[in-house]
Amino acid sequence: MSTTSPTSTTDWTPQPGGAPWLSQVRAQASMEARLMLRNGEQLLLAVVIPVIVLVGAVMGADRVDLELTGRAIDVFTPGVLALAVMSTAFTSLAIATGFERRYGVIKRLGTSPLPRSGLLAGKVGALVAVEALQAAVISAVALAMGWDPAGGVGAVLGTLLAVLLGTAAFAALGLFLAGSLRAEATLAAANLVYLLLMAGGAVVLPASAYGSFGDVVQWLPSGALGGAMRDALIDGVVAPVALLTLAGWAVVGTVLTARTFKWE
Amino acid sequence: MSDAAPAVAVDGLVMRYGDKVAVDELSLTVDRGSITAVLGPNGAGKTTTLETCEGYRRPQRGTVRVLGLDPVAQRKDLLPRIGVMLQGSGAWSGVRAMEMLRHVARLHAHPMDVDLLAERLGLGECGRTPYRRLSGGQQQRLGLAMALVGRPEIVFVDEPTAGMDPQSRRTTWELLGELRDAGVTVVLTTHYMDEAERLADRIHIIDHGRLIASGSPVQLTRGGTVATIRLVVSRPFPPGAPDSLRAALGGAIEVTLLDEVSLLVTGPADATTLAKVSGWCEAQGVLPESLTLGQRNLEDVFLELTGRELQP
Repeated sequence: MSTTSPTSTTDWTPQPGGAPWLSQVRAQASMEARLMLRNGEQLLLAVVIPVIVLVGAVMGADRVDLELTGRAIDVFTPGVLALAVMSTAFTSLAIATGFERRYGVIKRLGTSPLPRSGLLAGKVGALVAVEALQAAVISAVALAMGWDPAGGVGAVLGTLLAVLLGTAAFAALGLFLAGSLRAEATLAAANLVYLLLMAGGAVVLPASAYGSFGDVVQWLPSGALGGAMRDALIDGVVAPVALLTLAGWAVVGTVLTARTFKWE
Repeated sequence: MSDAAPAVAVDGLVMRYGDKVAVDELSLTVDRGSITAVLGPNGAGKTTTLETCEGYRRPQRGTVRVLGLDPVAQRKDLLPRIGVMLQGSGAWSGVRAMEMLRHVARLHAHPMDVDLLAERLGLGECGRTPYRRLSGGQQQRLGLAMALVGRPEIVFVDEPTAGMDPQSRRTTWELLGELRDAGVTVVLTTHYMDEAERLADRIHIIDHGRLIASGSPVQLTRGGTVATIRLVVSRPFPPGAPDSLRAALGGAIEVTLLDEVSLLVTGPADATTLAKVSGWCEAQGVLPESLTLGQRNLEDVFLELTGRELQP
């Protein structure tokens, strides 16, 4: 009606509709995973730090003569895998979600066809994708250093359950943090908690290495995840107490998040 | 699309933030396939009203229906059918412009061709630029593209041309006109008079959360006998100037002080009125710097209705 410029032939005829739920979740998961891996700091947190911790711990253990119940590489690798889960499910997720709230991404997606269930499923998908990548890199380094994990059904089942429940527990706690603090405060708190748990949370070092303090830290989500991973990959068994502890943290985190989380 | 419900029906909407009443018993409708502008100064309640239509806020009182659906209770059915352009941001800071647009496209069943859309909106050159490095105008255009990519039946655009350069503004107006011609309902908020006047089929003027006038631009500005004289003087008016001028003019003539050196006379702007205005200037010892005759425009309508200028 008004113009005849050559580009004005765009067809705007309405043809609304949402894509199938699964396609939406796939799109959201791949988007979030890409953004997570594109960010230099996040990549450092996800892959570089765990690998440095692994190499450092194995080399350091020979010098300081830690009392370990096996070869250093076999003791530390499950803990470093646990650390990787923690970094992604807790720290990366909290920071990313904090800034999504700040930048209005969640608000914007709130008027797209993507339902909240799809948004959450997309986040889980992104976490799983990044964790798979982390596990591949860390395992490759560990195997090259002579890692000899336990095998069998117990090992596989124990590892999968530990990663699953550990991810659930840390993701719920990370979302609680992101949903209740400002983005900058979330960034600071998520990194601080990560560092504290890495140093004193029995994730890389077994709880037994902390002396009497070990009785406390094994009940932290970090200690429970580290313990469950070590039981699975060193002894090839499922660790019911540690897994129940993780499940408990997942419930606590979910309740806290559901009560406090604000989408914008 | 055969159902006869209006595109938007707001009835007796009340929204409060604490003690502050943002929307006060607001009722309005938007016809399908029209461009409707919700016009008002900042803080008039435009965005709050829009956000209840978009399902972000639950009406505290009154009802809101979009395409006959409740935006909160029937959110799932409604969301795929509407497109929303928010005021500012709404994207990850590290995401590239085209990547963001593609992502939103993938959430829809029948998205538009994203390259074509980007070209129409002049996003071609900044397609690989991270969102945080886009200019304000580019972010606005990307926001509009995200609202349109799903081929919606209604688009809600909140201050669509804020921060755009004049050329982008014209492109955006052109495009919104095309949308209407294709049967899309466009609801826009704006505090630009020229935008509403030029673009809208229907205008709802809101102030302090209340609807104070509705109609087509022509109805609202109903020309003919009513016109305006804008008087600007070199030194501030003496106190009581509007009253004394009103007395001097007599009759159905309205005088509004715009600021200390300018005022607006609304009424039959004929030679008699003009002569009276200059006679009054002489009597008051003020020197007219300019005396402008004009048709009544939306700006004047707003001024008459509220006693304030729309844009500070």
